[in-house]
Amino acid sequence: MDDQTRTDPRLLLLAPGDSVFVLRGQIAAGEDIFVAGCRVHVPVALGLGHKIARRAIGPGEKVLKYGASIGSARTGIALGEHVHLHNLQSDYTATYSLDASRSGADDTQEQVRP
Amino acid sequence: MSQTHDKAQMRGWVRQDGRKGIRNVVAVAYLVECAHHVAREIAREDRSAAHVIGFPGCFPNAYAQKMMERLCTHPNVGAVLLVSLGCESFDRYQLARVVAESGRPVETLVIQNAGGTRATIASGRDWVRDRIAELADAPTVPMDVSELVVGTVCGGSDGTSGISGNPAAGIAFDRLVEAGATCIFEETGELIGCEDIMAARASTPELAVELRASISKAARYYATLGFGSFAAGNADGGLTTIEEKSLGAYMKSGQSLISGLIKPGDFPPRGGLYLMDVVPDGEVRFGFPNISDNAEIVEMMASGAHCTLFVTGRGSVVGSALAPVIKIAANPHMYRRLSEDMDINAGRVLEGTATLDEIGSEIFDHVVALACGAPSASESLGHQEFILTYKSFEPIGPACLPA
Repeated sequence: MDDQTRTDPRLLLLAPGDSVFVLRGQIAAGEDIFVAGCRVHVPVALGLGHKIARRAIGPGEKVLKYGASIGSARTGIALGEHVHLHNLQSDYTATYSLDASRSGADDTQEQVRP
Repeated sequence: MSQTHDKAQMRGWVRQDGRKGIRNVVAVAYLVECAHHVAREIAREDRSAAHVIGFPGCFPNAYAQKMMERLCTHPNVGAVLLVSLGCESFDRYQLARVVAESGRPVETLVIQNAGGTRATIASGRDWVRDRIAELADAPTVPMDVSELVVGTVCGGSDGTSGISGNPAAGIAFDRLVEAGATCIFEETGELIGCEDIMAARASTPELAVELRASISKAARYYATLGFGSFAAGNADGGLTTIEEKSLGAYMKSGQSLISGLIKPGDFPPRGGLYLMDVVPDGEVRFGFPNISDNAEIVEMMASGAHCTLFVTGRGSVVGSALAPVIKIAANPHMYRRLSEDMDINAGRVLEGTATLDEIGSEIFDHVVALACGAPSASESLGHQEFILTYKSFEPIGPACLPA
């Protein structure tokens, strides 16, 4: 594979024109991975199904997955950046999450089997 | 295609309307929440043969009436016990008439007339016990894959659902449609953003217009409510927007031509792929269209679904009363945590140990095995969730079911 396209095998491209890859394996916090030929530092752990930018995406630009728009970029998104609630918004209805509430909660009370 | 389950082995219970059931259960139906406990206690003696369904509301609703009529005459139901408190608005007379006209044994117990909780439970148990004994001896007839009605939902979705479990379910749907079966996909609120690609698959241009209209209705409805059909766990699993969740959910529909648009309780006229419009008509009333996954399963059962393919990424454990649910794990990590609750591990696609085609065939074979009597995981674990709430619908237009 030439250096221009070298991409970590855990990143899955669903359609040729997509601006994001989908994770089919986990990435640990602090890993350096290759995305479209560029070495990128991943600061936080990312689970299966999360998205990473395949190229630089401008503010307001449509983000493409499955070859279709999944919403608009809230901000500029750099190649290799995690694409999620902080930088992507729906063009239909706002997304509800428990992130703000969870940051103040004691998650150790919830047991998760490995 | 695997030959493990020969079509000739498939047998069903034939009903007066010609439809065949893959199960033969007694439905114990409460007609208001106040009668729920008594119904549950009646069915408790043999929960695999007596399933509890019902409507909790005290005030009348034409949709709920129609749904209960359809469910009490579902092909998997062989007899019906209605449990009424006595003062609720539900039209138990009409429901009992419809069940009787379908050729099924039906009995109505009114708690206020029957001497209260204990006495009603006792007579209900006697009646149910006798029906179970009769149903156990009921003859079966051969049944073909083309006679099956199969629904699909996804619940507890994450970023893996749309790339493993849902496309695999779509392949199984394509195989079923090819074999002449009737397949139903739904939740128009989770197809927002898919209107163009979906309309392109409509069997007629007029149907394409109806498909688009159902999605714009859903978008309007959810915009009024202020939330999309999107739960907090969807975001934890990597999904960011409703249109992203929608595109993943859309994969369940496969590649077949879309033969029609139905609403809950409408019967698809022949084999093929149908979209069910589950979002109420008119102004926003009664809250969220479907407050949780089982509401969608129930609506597809009301349109005759014998079973439901349920794709989950986060790990839903539910089953259903009346019609079994096949659980398809999209996320391989979740599969390892909840394997006893899952029938199929579609997460293997992500780990490179199976192809989508292989998982699609596995799902198809599972449907046939289920119809031959093999219990699904949720069925074995005793899951019989059921939920029915208030809604209002206008009848479908003539373009929805092209000739």
